[in-house]
Amino acid sequence: MISLEWLTVRSGPFELKQVSFDIPEGGYGVLMGKTGSGKTTILEAIAGLRDLDEGTIRLAGQDVTRRAPGERGLGYVPQDRALFQTMTVRENLAFAPSLRGWTRDETDARVAELSVLLGIQSLLDRMPAGLSGGEAQRVALGRALAARPKILLLDEPLSALDDETWEGMIDLLGEVRRATRVTTLHVTHRREEARKLADRVLILADGAVRAAAPEDLREQTK
Amino acid sequence: MTREDRPFYWALGILGGGYVVLILLLVLANVFKLNLSGIRGFNSPEIWYAVWFSLVTSTLSAMLATMVAVPLGYVMARTSFPGKRLIDAVLDIPIVLPPLVIGLSLLILFQTWPGRLFQRHVLDVTYQPISVVIAQFAVAAAFAVRAMKITFDQMTPRSEQVALTLGCTRAQAFLRVVLPEARRGVLAAFAIAWARSFGEFGPVLVFSGSTRLKTEVLSTTVFLELSIGRLDAAVAVSLFMVLIALAVLLVLRFLGPADVMGKMVRP
Repeated sequence: MISLEWLTVRSGPFELKQVSFDIPEGGYGVLMGKTGSGKTTILEAIAGLRDLDEGTIRLAGQDVTRRAPGERGLGYVPQDRALFQTMTVRENLAFAPSLRGWTRDETDARVAELSVLLGIQSLLDRMPAGLSGGEAQRVALGRALAARPKILLLDEPLSALDDETWEGMIDLLGEVRRATRVTTLHVTHRREEARKLADRVLILADGAVRAAAPEDLREQTK
Repeated sequence: MTREDRPFYWALGILGGGYVVLILLLVLANVFKLNLSGIRGFNSPEIWYAVWFSLVTSTLSAMLATMVAVPLGYVMARTSFPGKRLIDAVLDIPIVLPPLVIGLSLLILFQTWPGRLFQRHVLDVTYQPISVVIAQFAVAAAFAVRAMKITFDQMTPRSEQVALTLGCTRAQAFLRVVLPEARRGVLAAFAIAWARSFGEFGPVLVFSGSTRLKTEVLSTTVFLELSIGRLDAAVAVSLFMVLIALAVLLVLRFLGPADVMGKMVRP
């Protein structure tokens, strides 16, 4: 599960005030809010990429507030995907398993498994620079999932995709959830994504988070 | 470009083209001045020593400059700390100071008591071959640092952050992700430092002297040949330096870090 308790982050004039929420194990939370409201800041804080002023972060039952990003057992897909440009798709997928001491066979098997799940078998030997937006998003998702994290953080994963690719990615994220049971926090400003994917919707406004049920989304966000 | 735009672009072309023509005329003037006596003069052991010594010292100083520029450029691009602006200004000193002053400052530094102590007990520097590398490095490193800072400024920190979440330490993320992605910038920094070192004259002359078969580099060869009235040999050496500079620029063009070099001259 993902559990934030009284999280406070200050950065210049911007402030997140005592943000608290839970996403149960295996749950799919969607965090919504306007541009600049602090959605990415929350993801970065959970990922350990930003210092907290106050608060506690628990992931999969462990207090990870003071842990390094790599010791939190999570996968992170930033908005710009940030694929490693000097590595092939295969090397991107194998990056985390090889860092964590998996054997060559285990890594190869995981890369093969993910490439089937994400439909990227034909891309494995390509460089990221030549990939389309949808392909790059699948690869970024695969790289984040490669070491079997318990937590997945997605920062606007479906932005800048055309409608057809967007629909395909919605289906794929549902499939990934069923296949991996990974607890997910997905940041977006599109209600449609929350309606289709979330079992817990969180709305960030004025530095504070409130919960909304997906079915109440239309009323809550008005 | 529409027909109405043409006068504007012609005006720009004439204004800027004058400088391009000047560069070509400078090279052509040397070419037409070159004669057999100059080429024969080039074939002396002193000049060949200067050729090899220039190549070796420029390469060494460029390597040292790059080794300093990569970490310094990274720190300046990616971190905030008290006094950063001051350090940024200090890094520009070798760029804005006349090179001759850098040479004089080096000479004075090695004549202070710590400098003399160092020379007596560790390494004799002043007027020795090693002083050429130090003089070239002192100027070239500042340009290399600028190139690396621009490179890191242009790179998003996101891939490095993702690497951290995937299990890298900060050092692993730097070595496995950041440095490979910055390779063109590293190459540009090396090339800029190398070209700068290769053409360095003032600090080498002051700090190293220009002793034949010892501390003489090609830029000082031109000066020495002129000072003893051998204009033909000076022209031949100048043209050889032009050829080397062209080779470096062509390599840069093929490897593609021209954008970094271009941004170096912009504020």
